[in-house]
Amino acid sequence: MSHLPILPFLVPLLAAALLMLLHGHPLAVQRSVSMGGTLAGLAAALLLLHQAAGGVMSVYALGNWPPPYGIVLVVDRLAALMVLLVFLLAVPALLMAAGGGSFDARGRHFHTVFQLQLAGLAGAFLTGDIFNLFVCFEILLLASYALLVHGGGAERARAGLSYVVLNLVGSTMFLVAIAILYGTLGTLNIADMALLLPAVPAEDLPLVRTGLMLLMLVFLLKGALMPLGFWLPHVYAAATVPVAILFAVMTKVGIVALLRVSVVALGDAGAAARLFLPWLPLLALGTIALGTIGAFAARRLATVVAHLVVISSGTLLFAIAMADEAATAALLYYLPHTTLVTGGFFLLAGAIALRRGAIADHLVRGPVIAGRWALGFAFLVMAVAASGLPPLSGFIGKLMLLQGAAAPGWQAAWWTTLLVSGLGVALVLARVASTLFWEPEGHQASAVETQRIGPVASLALILLVAASPVLTFAAAPVSAFARATAVELHARTPYLEAVVAGTGPVQRETRPTPEPERTAP
Amino acid sequence: METIVSLGVGLLMGAGAWLVLRPTSFSVVLGLTLMAYAINFLIFVAGRIDRTSPPLTLKGTSGWADPLPQALVLTAIVISFGMTAYLVALALRALGDTGTDRIDGRAGDGDERP
Repeated sequence: MSHLPILPFLVPLLAAALLMLLHGHPLAVQRSVSMGGTLAGLAAALLLLHQAAGGVMSVYALGNWPPPYGIVLVVDRLAALMVLLVFLLAVPALLMAAGGGSFDARGRHFHTVFQLQLAGLAGAFLTGDIFNLFVCFEILLLASYALLVHGGGAERARAGLSYVVLNLVGSTMFLVAIAILYGTLGTLNIADMALLLPAVPAEDLPLVRTGLMLLMLVFLLKGALMPLGFWLPHVYAAATVPVAILFAVMTKVGIVALLRVSVVALGDAGAAARLFLPWLPLLALGTIALGTIGAFAARRLATVVAHLVVISSGTLLFAIAMADEAATAALLYYLPHTTLVTGGFFLLAGAIALRRGAIADHLVRGPVIAGRWALGFAFLVMAVAASGLPPLSGFIGKLMLLQGAAAPGWQAAWWTTLLVSGLGVALVLARVASTLFWEPEGHQASAVETQRIGPVASLALILLVAASPVLTFAAAPVSAFARATAVELHARTPYLEAVVAGTGPVQRETRPTPEPERTAP
Repeated sequence: METIVSLGVGLLMGAGAWLVLRPTSFSVVLGLTLMAYAINFLIFVAGRIDRTSPPLTLKGTSGWADPLPQALVLTAIVISFGMTAYLVALALRALGDTGTDRIDGRAGDGDERP
């Protein structure tokens, strides 16, 4: 058995442990170890993607305990794609942390926690059972709590407190769901659940459905669906720049977990019939509308970008609710695009904020920004990509979504919402650009107030600005991969066979007959 | 037995939910702790309430108590303990930064700390 599948989880974890020991050493040492860990993780993720793209589904049984008894990591195309995305976003985030404004020097243990967050993210995408998913969620959440308040200040402490409480309640719900599902199905392995769900006895059905709904609720809380997503703009805008970049992939954890569980585990089992309809598509459309309105009302560039994250969540969740192969294929092309673009936009907002001194990224007229031509061009590329205008990948992604993700009856609402929201985003970003770049007030800000962002952070910016053009030029291979992923996911049998076949007959619990009540001894 | 356990879990969960909705972070911490207790019970009984099966596989016995919920509950306890510790530290820091125990960081009317 190759040990490759566990490396994206293990490497950051070891790097975090090493960084803990290196605490007190010069920042340069910590930065190189952290970057080394991230690059090693990236290499492992690329190898995994190469393997998965060849149609090989690798199953890694921890401690060699065969599934469904033991814990498994499963690398299919979806998991490989998401792990690669995590590390692709982590590299520029780290570059920005080290090179622009020394974000990692504003508090202790930045790099340790950063690596733990990477481990949690990679683990959450790779795992093949729900309890391990919970554990990875907790690892990434605990790291994100610490990263969020990194840098200090009352604003972050307040945002941090509500974020932590909300997610702790979410974790509680997750455990309730796990307990109910284990109590009724007797398994927590996703593939095993898929085999058991069609045969749930009728008297257990309401309980199983409750458990599944609670599980979905937790994923939707992480994915920021409408009534559960009000925490997001507040929290993302309060985080420091490198942290916000990494957070761009965090909402996707909930969304991908929802996709995996709803397609692989639920499938078309009777127990899960009409679990999502019609409320999920409706709320997803509401999320898109709310994000657009919020973007209009935002007074900081980072808050505008946070609302872009909300809009993309709504878009992706609608595609999941349609639960069909074409929708999933479109979703999987749009997902890397939107993750990289929102991450890059957070970076750009940070770079602009550093150049504007005290007024930072507040949307008020300010002094002329040094290097405004380069930043302005970057803003143009990002804005075109984010609002889904041609010719960049946002347009291609939205076109695929418009065609693929419209079940009969939803078409009108879906097209209207998506197109109007795109128009709204374009308007907001045009207004932001004219405030930031075209209406300077006074002279160039003095060099004392502003900070240069340095070549390393510029490299990070170039990497992320280039993401959308690259996805545009590589649209054919990427969308072919997305389609192959969707086919593999919806076929279900490759996943189920890889995980639970070949382990022989599984011993199931025989349900005990109710014990007659005894009288007191 | 089932009735007592489910009533207990429900009571703990209800009390926890009520406390979490209070506006001061101290009661929120207490509420989350109560909810964690409720969860621990719930996971524990997910492996069936069983008074006769041995906890270990012994010679001459058939069947044994499900060991998995015990492992799950142990993990859940450790995680909720760590989270609570972090939340307390964060609440103290917010108290120092904003000068109030209220969850929104604004000094409000009523509901102040005693």
